[in-house]
Amino acid sequence: MAEFRMPTLGADMSAGTLVAWLKKPGDSVKRGDIIAEVETDKAAIEVEIFTSGVIEKLLVQPGEKVPVGTVLAIIREEGKAVEPGRLRISPSAKQLAAELGVDPASVRGTGPDGAISRADIEAVARRARDKGLETIGEEPVRPLAPSPAPLAPAAETAAKRQARMRQAIAAAMARSKREIPHYYLSTTIDMGRAMAWLSEKNRKRPIQSRLLYGVLLIKAVAVALREVPELNAVWKGNQAVQSQAIHVGVAISLRQGGLVAPALHDTDRQSLDQLMTNFLDLVKRARAGSLRSSELSDPTITVTSLGEQGVETVFGVIYPPQVALVGFGKMMDRPWVAEGKIVPRPIMTATLSADHRVSDGHRGGLFLAAVDRLLQDPSQL
Amino acid sequence: MTPNLTTDEIKSLILRILGEIAPEADLASIKPDISFRDQLDIDSVDFLNFAIALHEELRVEIPEADYPKLATLNGCIEYLTAQRQTSQR
Repeated sequence: MAEFRMPTLGADMSAGTLVAWLKKPGDSVKRGDIIAEVETDKAAIEVEIFTSGVIEKLLVQPGEKVPVGTVLAIIREEGKAVEPGRLRISPSAKQLAAELGVDPASVRGTGPDGAISRADIEAVARRARDKGLETIGEEPVRPLAPSPAPLAPAAETAAKRQARMRQAIAAAMARSKREIPHYYLSTTIDMGRAMAWLSEKNRKRPIQSRLLYGVLLIKAVAVALREVPELNAVWKGNQAVQSQAIHVGVAISLRQGGLVAPALHDTDRQSLDQLMTNFLDLVKRARAGSLRSSELSDPTITVTSLGEQGVETVFGVIYPPQVALVGFGKMMDRPWVAEGKIVPRPIMTATLSADHRVSDGHRGGLFLAAVDRLLQDPSQL
Repeated sequence: MTPNLTTDEIKSLILRILGEIAPEADLASIKPDISFRDQLDIDSVDFLNFAIALHEELRVEIPEADYPKLATLNGCIEYLTAQRQTSQR
């Protein structure tokens, strides 16, 4: 049996509320299927499953808020036989269950092959006591005395939702500044060639197929990471773990306030056209509250641009467990020396915020130089 | 091509599209000669979606070089009216 758990969707998430199940016991599921909707402090998320099989049991009911890592459902994996009515439970544990009024069928065993031990029974009974539950088991959960029902997400006021998101961001950013020794490097990039290339490209295209320059920036970051892969990593335990895949998280401001930074998966392998399509789709779904769990859990670096807000330089705060963030500022016509002459050029500042435990300034500088170089020849992106 | 539209109808269409893109916007208080970006919380993605919607609703071509002409409500009305007249010739 496999367990489907409340996913962690970033450093700012400690718990989530199950909004709805999209599958029921007995339904077949395959890897990548969306099987539940979860509400976090930042957004409503569609949660994917990473196991193929059949839903055996749903352990958490809609409306329940549970910590990250809590088992939400049990999945009978493909190829595994059903064992109707057969529970792996020792006689001693069975007797204890009877004494404590625990239904063994509702207990998730932690022993070998899911065997239910006395400790499992005691744990369920203890949790039930603590909660004052009528039915002792891991499902269903019915309070003895009525308690305020969890607010349906839609019923929450925008202000409350915004406050929760602010708290989530505060927790993640405080953790980042507490734990990550940031260093910052900045460079100015002449965007003249990139903008001329883009303008020529877009001139021949129907409006629905035009590219935004932001997509060039995202792709340039992704490709530059191949040259400095230590920036494409997450901090786990006490060390950095480099990611083979490059999943750039893009910061997207939400209409009701706050922001999310979901991933564009395999960013470096997508063409600019694919990236543009996927970027527009990501922005749309982020603002509609229909991101997928993997999009929030997978970013290996974040890109943020505040140029449209008039910001010249962005000194970003790294989003844990990532180890780097790239910020882009406003593109402005500035005097620039080219071939010995002062000419007006569209200039943009790119800033790297990086974790000094993982990389140093020399490598960070090489990364920014690679981003600059790539943007001087966008046809290679 | 959609049937002939009056200036007021084009204005209503622009405001409806803006309302779909930025639902939180107070469209009644939009100042016609001030840039949308200075009045509304819209970014380049929103602006592109705005231009695409105008193109699809009114069947007018909007080259990228003309985007600045769509920056204000009055600018939009003037530009779209002219583009529709050009297309109808």
